Amino acid sequence: MKLFIIFISAAVVNNFVFTYFLGICPFVGVSKKLSSAVSMGMSVTFVMTISAGVTWLIYHLILVPFHIEILEYVSFILVIASLVQLVEMFVRKISKPLYDALGIYLPLITTNCTILGLALFSILRNYSFVESLIFGIGAGAGFTLALVIMAGIREELELANVPKYFRGAGITMIVAGSLALAFMGFAGLISI
Amino acid sequence: MAKKKIPITHEFIKGFWKENPVLISLLGLCPTLAVSNSAINGVAMGLATTFVVICSSTMISLLRKMIPHQVRIASFIVIIATFVTIADRFLAAFYPDISKELGPYVPLIVVNCLILGRQEAFASKNNLGRSLLDALGMGLGFLSVLFVLGSIREILGSGTWLTFQVLGDGFHHWIVMILPPGAFLTLGLLIGLSNWINDKRAKA
Repeated sequence: MKLFIIFISAAVVNNFVFTYFLGICPFVGVSKKLSSAVSMGMSVTFVMTISAGVTWLIYHLILVPFHIEILEYVSFILVIASLVQLVEMFVRKISKPLYDALGIYLPLITTNCTILGLALFSILRNYSFVESLIFGIGAGAGFTLALVIMAGIREELELANVPKYFRGAGITMIVAGSLALAFMGFAGLISI
Repeated sequence: MAKKKIPITHEFIKGFWKENPVLISLLGLCPTLAVSNSAINGVAMGLATTFVVICSSTMISLLRKMIPHQVRIASFIVIIATFVTIADRFLAAFYPDISKELGPYVPLIVVNCLILGRQEAFASKNNLGRSLLDALGMGLGFLSVLFVLGSIREILGSGTWLTFQVLGDGFHHWIVMILPPGAFLTLGLLIGLSNWINDKRAKA
């Protein structure tokens, strides 16, 4: 039951984009087309889940026993950067169609703050290994959801008559604000 | 080289308006939105980011000829992460309240694309003096946007500014301004406003 609560909480109640403001850059950059939004969301979920597991192992098996928690940030970011490279090579080897779908989005993920944010949050909340993995999947699903909703709205916005100075980034922010307002409706659904 | 003709003061000033990291280039949006619920938090975050961007620009500008091109991004990130750890420890030791308030957003400076962007676009190609001014300008430009955004949200959302009461008791607080939607809406309006001002100036 606790795992289910973690999943729902990460996916909708505390959506990474709308409540923690993580991953805003890809959210603004890649939400122009529905198809690329889906690919980006999938790649992020994929890398997020793996990195949640790997950073948990590194923190609890290496950093804590040797009392070098101070190296947390340096080691996490290095692990994430090399993991993304590894995942890219691995995907290219085993599945050509998947690689073509995720292609250019994989390298972009290194600088996506959701990945590092997720690692830091699961350490802060003292999650166990399995809980971290579920947290990763949930947060990835939430990110995908946000991206897909946004892409759908932006495809419609192309046809709308937006005031001149708000075209592009301005209107995107305001739409995101309204969406965040809608997502606030989920608050209180469950509490962690 | 054409680049030499740009006056050195320009490298400093451009960060405030013409190439403002938040309003024009849309870099570093995550911390901008997340910690601007009060003016103090905005300033603290801005100062921490300025510190990191100045230190890493200095370091990278000095090392730029030694870092092999293929591994430059990884080296930049390690240098940035080191300075972020320093800033994080410093805040936790001397300003524990602010450190608690900012929470995981201090370590997240590592992935602030504003910093990596400056290293890749500027510090790795220019000498120490120019990189330093560029970093200072970008950092302070970032800080000023955070301060403005934080002030607007704090005044409307809590009726205070820098913790002093500015609006009378009769004012009904717009709670939504200090919650996430307020951040998106205020930034959207600020971006629109800056586009409008730029347009007016271009015509004048």
